Amino acid sequence: MTRIFLFLFVICIMTFANYAQNIEVCETCPISSLQQAILQAKDFDTIILKKGTYKEHNISIDKPLTILGKDYPLIDGELKGEVITIIADSVTVDGLFIINVGTSYTEDYAAIRVKRSNHFIIQNLVLEKLFFGIYLEKSNYGRVYHNKIIGNAVEEYNSGNGIQLWYSNHIEIENNHVEHVRDGIYLEFSNDCLIKNNVSTENLRYGLHFMFSNNDVYQDNTFENNGAGVAVMFSKKIKMLNNTFQENWGTASYGMLLKEINDAEIKGNTFKENTIGINIEGSNRINYLHNNFESNGWAIKVRGACYGNHFIENNFLYNSFDISYNSKVNDNTFDKNYWSNYTGYDLNKDGIGDVPYRPVKLFSYIVNRTPETIILLRSLFIDVIDFSEKVSPVFTPNNLLDNNPLTKQIVW
Amino acid sequence: MLKILKYSFYDLMRSRWSYVYFAFYLLLGMVLLFLNNNLSKAVITLMNVIIVLVPLIGTIFGVMYYYNSKEFTELLLAQPLKRSSIFLGQYFGVAISLSMSLILGLGIPFIFYGLFKSSAIWDFSLLLITGTFLTFIFTALAFNIALSYENKIKGFGFAILLWLFLAIIYDGLFLMSLILFEDYPLDKLSLVGTMLNPIDLSRTLILLKLDISALLGYTGAIFKKFFGTNFGLIISFTTLVIWIILPILRIVTKSKKKDF
Repeated sequence: MTRIFLFLFVICIMTFANYAQNIEVCETCPISSLQQAILQAKDFDTIILKKGTYKEHNISIDKPLTILGKDYPLIDGELKGEVITIIADSVTVDGLFIINVGTSYTEDYAAIRVKRSNHFIIQNLVLEKLFFGIYLEKSNYGRVYHNKIIGNAVEEYNSGNGIQLWYSNHIEIENNHVEHVRDGIYLEFSNDCLIKNNVSTENLRYGLHFMFSNNDVYQDNTFENNGAGVAVMFSKKIKMLNNTFQENWGTASYGMLLKEINDAEIKGNTFKENTIGINIEGSNRINYLHNNFESNGWAIKVRGACYGNHFIENNFLYNSFDISYNSKVNDNTFDKNYWSNYTGYDLNKDGIGDVPYRPVKLFSYIVNRTPETIILLRSLFIDVIDFSEKVSPVFTPNNLLDNNPLTKQIVW
Repeated sequence: MLKILKYSFYDLMRSRWSYVYFAFYLLLGMVLLFLNNNLSKAVITLMNVIIVLVPLIGTIFGVMYYYNSKEFTELLLAQPLKRSSIFLGQYFGVAISLSMSLILGLGIPFIFYGLFKSSAIWDFSLLLITGTFLTFIFTALAFNIALSYENKIKGFGFAILLWLFLAIIYDGLFLMSLILFEDYPLDKLSLVGTMLNPIDLSRTLILLKLDISALLGYTGAIFKKFFGTNFGLIISFTTLVIWIILPILRIVTKSKKKDF
């Protein structure tokens, strides 16, 4: 009997010793640096970083640890290079304040880099004065949650991205706030990711940038006042739901730029006060449903090689140009949209206008050809030629019609 | 001159047409606000109206007033009065009374609607200022035409043609020339082309306040850079003032030489 108790006791001691320990780090503790704590820690330990300033860089996390900051301890990289590199699976980093990431023209220094590791969680971080923010490299099944990234980027060539994914699949990026970097969120070769509830503003280039990434979903995000809006390029089967794109103003600025995008779904988004709401180039089989286009210069600019797109039940409100085409060929359908510029009537009062609406104006065709003619916008002469083109189309695609234009704004 | 101005002004203030004009703008302002429920949107619609109607009414009214008061003018000419002061007095009388109808007719409904609390007040004042400029310009042009042609029908015909040319045909020619020379850099040409026509100039000035997102496209940026700055604004208003001064000078010289 006593032997059994002894055995159990020993087991207990052993598990206790083996089981996750807490290691505390503070400026006056025996362990006063994060790097030192990581060296001493065993697998699955928790390192608790107390409030204070830690001047460290090139911290490498090579075991599955949880690093927990209490009251946002400050880790100062002193502009010397990368701050934290994660090279082990199942690492959690929570509640740190990281500043002064080094800038390099040969290496992409990041505040936190995850390298070939899976099942990581990066949350509640505040990153400032950075080159790259959170850099995920060939790492899968991670979660980037509730971080605040505030850069100080001035020029594109010497600034990095807020959250960058490279060959990383199944990542969830939620509730982050990114501003003043080059690209707010950048995905390259990353599939099956979810990007939700983020705010990306005042970035030099794009708020969100997709390259060669398929089957991703981004929803409920806000992209505001970025250099060129949001760019989605060379990707398939992307779902874009309930996002807000606004005030992306500039000489080459878009709410959203679609290039070589196939089989996507764009639903419930709001495009407000952008120079160009959506710029479409070489994009096929996309469904545009229930979007609001409000007070944009151009709501939708179709550049060419766009086939089999459907625009159904969208609101086009007070845009200077609703749709602009640069060719006479049309293979896209417009149906049951509300156009604030519609002038037809509805005799049987079923909510559908009796006269089809032609969303492409002759003037938008002229502006495409000779951009300087924009100065004649809203001139009486332009109204006259637009009207005559509406009656008998010569230059604009003949079959580009909304046969069932709604007479009331759609509310969902 | 001031006495004749005062006389013309009071004469017009008492006339039916000023009231019709005033009532028209009052009604327009109220209907627009009633239908739109939004000051900024109403200002946009109003711009279209002002750009087209104010020059038309200014031209027609100017010609009409000149021909109607011709007998009285001849009576005045028999008095020891300077010719220039007679015609300038009449011109300013017409122009000021028309501007007043415009400003009051549009201003009253907008003020009742809460203009002073709205951010649209600057857009609105710009609208009224350009409207006043257009009234002065087109009334002066109308007096020129009326002075040049004794025949009423001819005078009216030319006045309408002038309005048609500046409001519509000019833009057509402008557009054609822009498309014709599209291989060349056109931003200078388009700026000059806009400056030369008071209607286009007023439209562009107001437009830059309203359709900013469209104009900020890559060519729009050039226009915004020009018209949007104080320098551009000063140049634009100077051009408008020149557009008033030149016809007035012609009224003076023409009236001196004219044989009644």
